[in-house]
Amino acid sequence: MSHEAVLHGDAHGHDDHGHHEHHDTFLTKYVFSQDHKMIAKQFLITGMVWAVLGGLMSVLFRLQLGYPDSTFPFLEDLLGKWGKGGRITPEAYYALVTTHGTVLVFFVLTAGLSGTFANFLIPLQVGARDMASPFMNMLSYWFFFAASIVMLSSMFVETGPFSGGWTAYPPLSALGDASPGSKTGMDLWIISMALFVVSSLLGGLNYIATILNMRTKGMSMTRLPLTIWALFFTAVLGVLSFPVLFSGFILLIFDRNFGTSFYLSDIFVNGVGALPNEGGSAILYQHLFWFLGHPEVYIILLPAMGMVSEILSINSRKPIFGYMAMIGSLFAIAILAFLVWAHHMFVTGLNPFLGSVFVLLTLLIAVPSAIKVFNWLTTLWRGNIRFTPAMLFAIGFVSLFISGGLTGIWLGNSALDIHLHDTYFVIAHFHIVMGVASMFGMFAGIYHWFPKMYGKQLNNTLGYIHFWVTIAGAYLIFWPMHYEGLAGMPRRYYDFSIWESFKQFGELNKFISLVSMIVFMVQLLFLFNFFYSIFKGRKLTNQNPWDATTLEWTAPINPGHGNWVGEIPEVHRWPYDYGKDGVDFIAQTTPVGADESQH
Amino acid sequence: MSTLVRNEPQRIHPHRFIMWIAIGSIVMMFAGMTSAYIVKKNQGNWLAIELPVVFWYSTAVILVSSVTMYLANTALKAGKTSFYKTLITITAILGVVFISMQWEGFKDLETRGIALIGPQSNSASSFLFVITGLHMLHVLGGVIALIVTFFRSFWGQEGQTNLVPTQIVATYWHFVDVLWIYLFIFYQLIA
Repeated sequence: MSHEAVLHGDAHGHDDHGHHEHHDTFLTKYVFSQDHKMIAKQFLITGMVWAVLGGLMSVLFRLQLGYPDSTFPFLEDLLGKWGKGGRITPEAYYALVTTHGTVLVFFVLTAGLSGTFANFLIPLQVGARDMASPFMNMLSYWFFFAASIVMLSSMFVETGPFSGGWTAYPPLSALGDASPGSKTGMDLWIISMALFVVSSLLGGLNYIATILNMRTKGMSMTRLPLTIWALFFTAVLGVLSFPVLFSGFILLIFDRNFGTSFYLSDIFVNGVGALPNEGGSAILYQHLFWFLGHPEVYIILLPAMGMVSEILSINSRKPIFGYMAMIGSLFAIAILAFLVWAHHMFVTGLNPFLGSVFVLLTLLIAVPSAIKVFNWLTTLWRGNIRFTPAMLFAIGFVSLFISGGLTGIWLGNSALDIHLHDTYFVIAHFHIVMGVASMFGMFAGIYHWFPKMYGKQLNNTLGYIHFWVTIAGAYLIFWPMHYEGLAGMPRRYYDFSIWESFKQFGELNKFISLVSMIVFMVQLLFLFNFFYSIFKGRKLTNQNPWDATTLEWTAPINPGHGNWVGEIPEVHRWPYDYGKDGVDFIAQTTPVGADESQH
Repeated sequence: MSTLVRNEPQRIHPHRFIMWIAIGSIVMMFAGMTSAYIVKKNQGNWLAIELPVVFWYSTAVILVSSVTMYLANTALKAGKTSFYKTLITITAILGVVFISMQWEGFKDLETRGIALIGPQSNSASSFLFVITGLHMLHVLGGVIALIVTFFRSFWGQEGQTNLVPTQIVATYWHFVDVLWIYLFIFYQLIA
């Protein structure tokens, strides 16, 4: 406790004894670290491991979708009985799809994205020595690590990992006999997710407290970079929505293990007979799940939006267009996020009047989203653009957000959704708008803040290759899926070749699978760039390589625990003074001059 | 510990602030539960359950424990350490009494032939069990926090007592009290 207390005291006050010697062992520096920067790197690298595994899973099931009639002997070597005869078995296919979804949504794009950048950027950009509670912050990572281990181990149990879809709807999730994965696999899935929720909550509480309580002198809320605003709303969404999911999981555990009837009713199960349960409602679970599930979409998207706003402004050498409108639209999105969950449930027999209310609220999201898009575009407009890899990924994010957002307007209509529900149109929509787009935000963030994280530069050429192949690949993979979905091709099916109506998509599916493999390979190139540059990358000589205004670039190149040597800098202005009065950029720490114009 | 004792009247201590957000989070969890309760009730197949009488007594116990918690916090501020220790002990004991009374309530329901879990159970009784049980776990967490605070109060040096941990526990304790009052009224009105 005393260690934490000392640290905490430092982080809280604006005292001048911030720089003090730590005698860290390997264990306290790299493993059980309480330094927010190290915890951020732990989240990032764990997230990367999951991204590779989750990506590999998608390549494997794309193999089945693209080449349903072929056999690949290596699959039997890799997957054993799950790849019997060189073909992924139906059970394995569902397990792969489910785990891919769970891992990418929660472990990569929630923990990997928020965990990394909230941890790394919040103290550095608000001017704090560390989080409000560094100890809780450390716990947050280790709960995530435990969740990862449990999820990973679920892949090695006899009956396989959970295979009822990432949403874990009952009865597949509530009934052990429903499918092989519903047994031990589901037990481990739910334990892992419970640990994950605890990790998210511990992190979120810390992020909010740090942003609201520990800003440096002069850092008023309206001088915060948009990254911080976005991470703030993200944390609020998480703290308010994950507990509801947790409630849903508790009821699920009771149904699974203690014979209650929250979700289960007297349904008939092949080989088992009618269940003894009475009166349960599977729809109840969907309400609880999607009350988290929809805010979760924004938990994934908002950090990317924040980072993209920052990177677009820095690399256009222009102030962000409509700073207050950006905050307002983030706020509007955060509020609406809680009011639209039933648009995932239009075909559950929802009261049509209620449905129309949810249509209206859903379509309202287009307003703040459009504000954001126009502000990004007007920030770029007549900018002096520097096409760094980070900037390209940020622009790519805007492109993907527009493309995927437009199809959201289709799906938000309950009438259209009856046709499009559970088709590849939905797959295309959410992969573009939230999956790939947020991934682009994450890449932009990594390319941009890598120098701050490791004091080295990433290789630019590899970065450009990474960007162009990934953006082309993302569109080539997901654009054709819209056509498949409009033609009614349902998601989650193992083999489409047996339907006459979907045979026409055989070659298209092959093409999509091929592109997904190429895109996966290029991500490995990025990983090579990342790890190679940590050790052998060009050393940073300039503390502020992007000529940015925010506080993190005023810290030393490789900041120690406590971030700034001596006093924490004081802030005098907003973070977007680019090109003001003919000056390229003015750091937030520069006092406002007497003859300076208003921004 | 000494670095923590610093007068910063303008800002709430970050750890106390974390507790307030955590309370918001716990509120959402119970809001999720009670909303599910209402949704489920409206879907029919619902059993009207008369609450165990002991719940009235346990409500009184937790209310009294909130008063002792408040007095403990005041005693600490006034520097009356031994009085503070007594009051913390009483609060923790009242917490344990509350938990055991809730447990008695469950047993009372079962003797009346109302199954809480298992295939014979109705969602009405299962909900009562799960929500009340979840609240019990939160009180248990509070009791553990009280015990930790109690032992911590021996470590502090004279004149350097740290008020923050007790304040945080007190906030939490009043919260679980109010939470139970909410649940109790909820059961009366909705069930």
